[in-house]
Amino acid sequence: MEPDRPLPQPITPEAKPYWDGLKEGKLMLPRCGDCQHTFFYPRVLCPRCRSRKIGWIQASGKGRLHAFGIGHQSFNKAFKMPPPYVLAMVELEEGPRMMSNLVNVTPDPKSIACDMPVEVVFHKLTDDHTVPLFQPAKGAAR
Amino acid sequence: MNELRNAACIVGVDESDEIGVLPGKSQLSLHLEAITNAVRDAGLKVGDVDGIFTAGQHSPALLGEALGVTPRYVDGTSVGGTSFIIMVEHAVAALHHGLCNVAVISHGESGRSQVGVTRARDTALTGQYEIPYGYGAAPTQFALITTRHMHEYGTALEQWAQVAVSTRQWAALHPKAMFKKPITVQDVLSARPVIYPFTLLNICLVTDGGGAVVLTRPDRARDCAKKPVWVRGTGEGTEHVSVTQMKKLTFSEATRISGERAFAMAGLSHRDVNHIMLYDAFTSGPPIMLESLGLAKPGEGVHFFQDGRSTPGGTLPINTNGGGLSYTHTGMYGIFPILEATRQLRGECGPRQVPNVKVSLVNGMGGMLSAAGTLLLSNET
Ligand SMILES: [Zn+2]
Repeated sequence: MEPDRPLPQPITPEAKPYWDGLKEGKLMLPRCGDCQHTFFYPRVLCPRCRSRKIGWIQASGKGRLHAFGIGHQSFNKAFKMPPPYVLAMVELEEGPRMMSNLVNVTPDPKSIACDMPVEVVFHKLTDDHTVPLFQPAKGAAR
Repeated sequence: MNELRNAACIVGVDESDEIGVLPGKSQLSLHLEAITNAVRDAGLKVGDVDGIFTAGQHSPALLGEALGVTPRYVDGTSVGGTSFIIMVEHAVAALHHGLCNVAVISHGESGRSQVGVTRARDTALTGQYEIPYGYGAAPTQFALITTRHMHEYGTALEQWAQVAVSTRQWAALHPKAMFKKPITVQDVLSARPVIYPFTLLNICLVTDGGGAVVLTRPDRARDCAKKPVWVRGTGEGTEHVSVTQMKKLTFSEATRISGERAFAMAGLSHRDVNHIMLYDAFTSGPPIMLESLGLAKPGEGVHFFQDGRSTPGGTLPINTNGGGLSYTHTGMYGIFPILEATRQLRGECGPRQVPNVKVSLVNGMGGMLSAAGTLLLSNET
């Protein structure tokens, strides 16, 4: 099936563990080996202490919807999610924020609130590309 | 730093021959029209220009070549639409140190008609982390900042809409503005939804046009055609590129840093400001800038647009050219607020002239509140 969205590209070498993890259904995040700061996007130094000792952890996949927008048109041609769709910025339990979409939700401001609990769903685009999307957390009562 | 206070003056400003929808003009032509017009406004000749400052797709070297001048100072700082505002600071420093004598900051952009334009490329970062989710044009990112602000402070859609309504009232008084018909809060709320929380009337225009600003040192400014406008204070800063990296989504650190330096350099306080130009790509931008500059408490920037404070006849006029929302927005809008502040301080604005304006604050953003530039301009030293 044709992917419903532009493929992530170009995948940079420092981000390979992140993209490889997604293919296996794991959300991997870079973490500083010196100050333990977990951050996103992947880069070769820690943006907090500037250490070059970077390792990886598997994230829980849980977080909160930090902010959102509801698209009523497409803003790039290869993006084929039918409007209205939800643009999401998620703040992961581990700290960092990332861009994604909120799915399995009514795309209406009445059904969506900042800080609502969300969880990752892995969305396979091709054999080489899986992206993390988020949905309202199941049985969320936090 | 304070030695840069009043070290240079704005002596010339103008747009390209026309602004708006210009399918018959290349981007380079818009630059060249704006530069020749602004230099003429200053009472100088293009041959006097020896410092060229520009952002966007064309390099200062190309502008020099096209103008037939050989600049001895060039600056191509490109951190988004505020780059031209930041370049005022750079030009003041370069002029003060004698690295050039007549500086021109130029903007030309065929933002709507795309004539003579090279396609911009996305960075590896947006291609990996944003584009696959449908992010692209600026509204997709600014919507996030805006919903978070609504969540944290209870800001209502009606309050953002008021910014568009106020700005349109000014546009009605500007002969060069694209949209002049009055609008109401209800018009803004019921316009076509583009991306929640924005309807079309919460988002800037997309136009073609150019603008240029000429600066020189005070000794030379005395011989120019018009009364000089003094650059009393300047500031700049950047915080992030992706909004995911902001310390706080509803507050621009870049703007805070930029504003603090501008006020310190100028030796002015917030109370001294009687005219404000803010980069309004979206209705939520100006209120958040006022908060980040410290002029408004967090969450209260929208109050500046209520009760007629910011409108014609108001106590603190804001965006008196009609803004990016109603006058023009080529893509990198930052040159245009400088033009308007200069004209207001010269008293050239006819029906939209703010009475007794002495100090004008210009604040611009690059990207999504990513970069900031602040100016405090005055018609007095
Ligand atoms: Zn660290």
